[in-house]
Amino acid sequence: MTRVRAAVPTLVALALALAVGVALLLVVGAPPLETFRLLVEGSFGSASKISATLLAWSPLLLASAGLVVTFAAGLWNIGVEGQVIMGGIAATWVARTVPGPGWVLIPLMVLAGAVGGLLWAVFAGVLKTHGNVHEIFGGLGLDFVAAGLATYLVIGPWKRAGVASTSGTDIFRPEAWMPEFQAFGVGWPVIPVILGLLSVLVVWMLLRGTLFGLRLKAVGSNPYSSFLLGIPTNRYMLGAFAIGGALAGIAGTVQVAAFHHKLVPAISGGYGFLGILVVLLAGFSAVWIAPIALFFVGISVGSTQLDLQLGLDSAFGGVLQGIIVLFVMFGGAWSVRRASGRLTPQEEP
Amino acid sequence: MEATFNSIIAAAAPLIIATMGETITEKSGVINLSLEGSLRLSAMTAFAIAFWVGNALVGFAAAAAVGAAIAAIIAFSSIRLKLNQIAVGFVLTLLAIELASFLGDSFVGERGPRVPPLPIPILSDIPFVGKVFFDHDLVVYFSYVAIFATWWYFYRTRPGLNLQGIGERPEAAFARGIPVNMLRFWYTVLGGAMVGIAGAAYSLDVKLGWRETLTLNLGWIALAIVIFGGWHPLRVAFGAYLFGALQVLAFQLQDVFPGVAQVLPIAPFPLMILALVFVYSDWFRRIGDRFPKMRNLLGSEAPAAMGTVFERE
Repeated sequence: MTRVRAAVPTLVALALALAVGVALLLVVGAPPLETFRLLVEGSFGSASKISATLLAWSPLLLASAGLVVTFAAGLWNIGVEGQVIMGGIAATWVARTVPGPGWVLIPLMVLAGAVGGLLWAVFAGVLKTHGNVHEIFGGLGLDFVAAGLATYLVIGPWKRAGVASTSGTDIFRPEAWMPEFQAFGVGWPVIPVILGLLSVLVVWMLLRGTLFGLRLKAVGSNPYSSFLLGIPTNRYMLGAFAIGGALAGIAGTVQVAAFHHKLVPAISGGYGFLGILVVLLAGFSAVWIAPIALFFVGISVGSTQLDLQLGLDSAFGGVLQGIIVLFVMFGGAWSVRRASGRLTPQEEP
Repeated sequence: MEATFNSIIAAAAPLIIATMGETITEKSGVINLSLEGSLRLSAMTAFAIAFWVGNALVGFAAAAAVGAAIAAIIAFSSIRLKLNQIAVGFVLTLLAIELASFLGDSFVGERGPRVPPLPIPILSDIPFVGKVFFDHDLVVYFSYVAIFATWWYFYRTRPGLNLQGIGERPEAAFARGIPVNMLRFWYTVLGGAMVGIAGAAYSLDVKLGWRETLTLNLGWIALAIVIFGGWHPLRVAFGAYLFGALQVLAFQLQDVFPGVAQVLPIAPFPLMILALVFVYSDWFRRIGDRFPKMRNLLGSEAPAAMGTVFERE
């Protein structure tokens, strides 16, 4: 019963978020029902669309799982976008230089992606622990540097034979494509989905059942006390960056090896920042990551249809995601305040 | 030469207004992380409203309202709902960016009203100085006022001292009868309104027109400049002018080295990291220690209670 009660503010918040979404659609003169129908149909309407949604789900799961670790250590890993990009760049480098069959190449690309993301994350971590640069700004700066590097590689050293365009590098040779499994007439991204779900499971176990996880959470909730109790806080923070960055980097590998099959400038697909929204909505815990991430990529994938069918800017998907997170956060906080009986005016406002 | 300096002053003006607003907000103990989104949504709103009404001033007012509204959400959710300011600010950043793209779609490429130039009569005739500082429009003059007024308010008035108090030691301030949370709310709203005005300055004055990339990354830059400036209005202004100079310089170099265009969008970010490492380095700290009288100007410590929730015992 209490569980049902606890879900009420969230449901109210979702309903309100939906209402605001409808109001916005009415403002720009778009038909709300048709818009929401297109959102659902565009993401889950057919076998091939479900497959596309699952393919987008995987990097989001990986990035979100990594963010749960950094959040557990009390870190705002805004650098996650850059870590996804560096993972994609490292995996592309392997695909372009290492010969051999797919069963050698694909694991190497996953490994390279993990290392690329890890190094980039630890860079932001060292800036924080040794340079006193807050991880938001260190990470953000490195995001843009990584994005710049990807663009440079695409139009420079790795440009397509003859033409330099921002549409991407040459397509990888087939061995560097993550294999799909054929069923119902379409290919299914089984490997990416397994990687994604595995990452969530590993992070859940890490934080729930290990001494490292316990200490990491201690560092996150009170770094000073943890330090006094003998936990090497800096090392734990860097450890969290390393794990979060490695998972984000694998998300980058998935993007190049299973989705684009080449490096493009916008290789991260925005899944890093979207992952932050997912983790905020999940209340920083790994348990709800998978369904929430599926819900969110559903919106993202579905919203690309709005542009094609209704001439509506596909940013509507992002607007909806943002409003949902904001309202659910408000709903949760409001119910906490009410439960503790303190929502009485104390001090204006 | 004087034309170059003139354009630096003009290019930096919106950034000055935004960073002064954020400095006031953070000095009171609240972080408004939403600047990247606030700037963009207010720039879009300013253009849309000004285009619709045919009057730039109305656009500025609407933009100030948008910036103030976003700031009010952050202040309310921090003060009353005890939510994390960074979390709410980040969500609002993404939301405002998407909202600007969604609602501003139909205004891309339109031509709207602009702020008329207004050289100050006698002052603009002074050789060099007049051309550089007084041959501008109201936005630029407002940026001068913002710097001076913020500095004067912080360090020369009683309410300014209280403002610093609620950002450094809210308990002590509260014990002295200062309504900590009410002041924090209104300083956050004021700072947000200034960010909104800065957004309007981009779409109606400095860059003219609306497109999604109009204020790209300038909000993040503004947040970094406030840190670089050590929360001191004059040093923050110095940082903003430095960035304005880089912008103008890069723009002029474009003709000489065409390759610069590709590097340009990301060049500020490695610089931002280096600048932050610099102001937090032991070396810079030692300089600060050598001149104790200039502690406010040379210190790099954030307001002690920044980002925290104050709750009466």
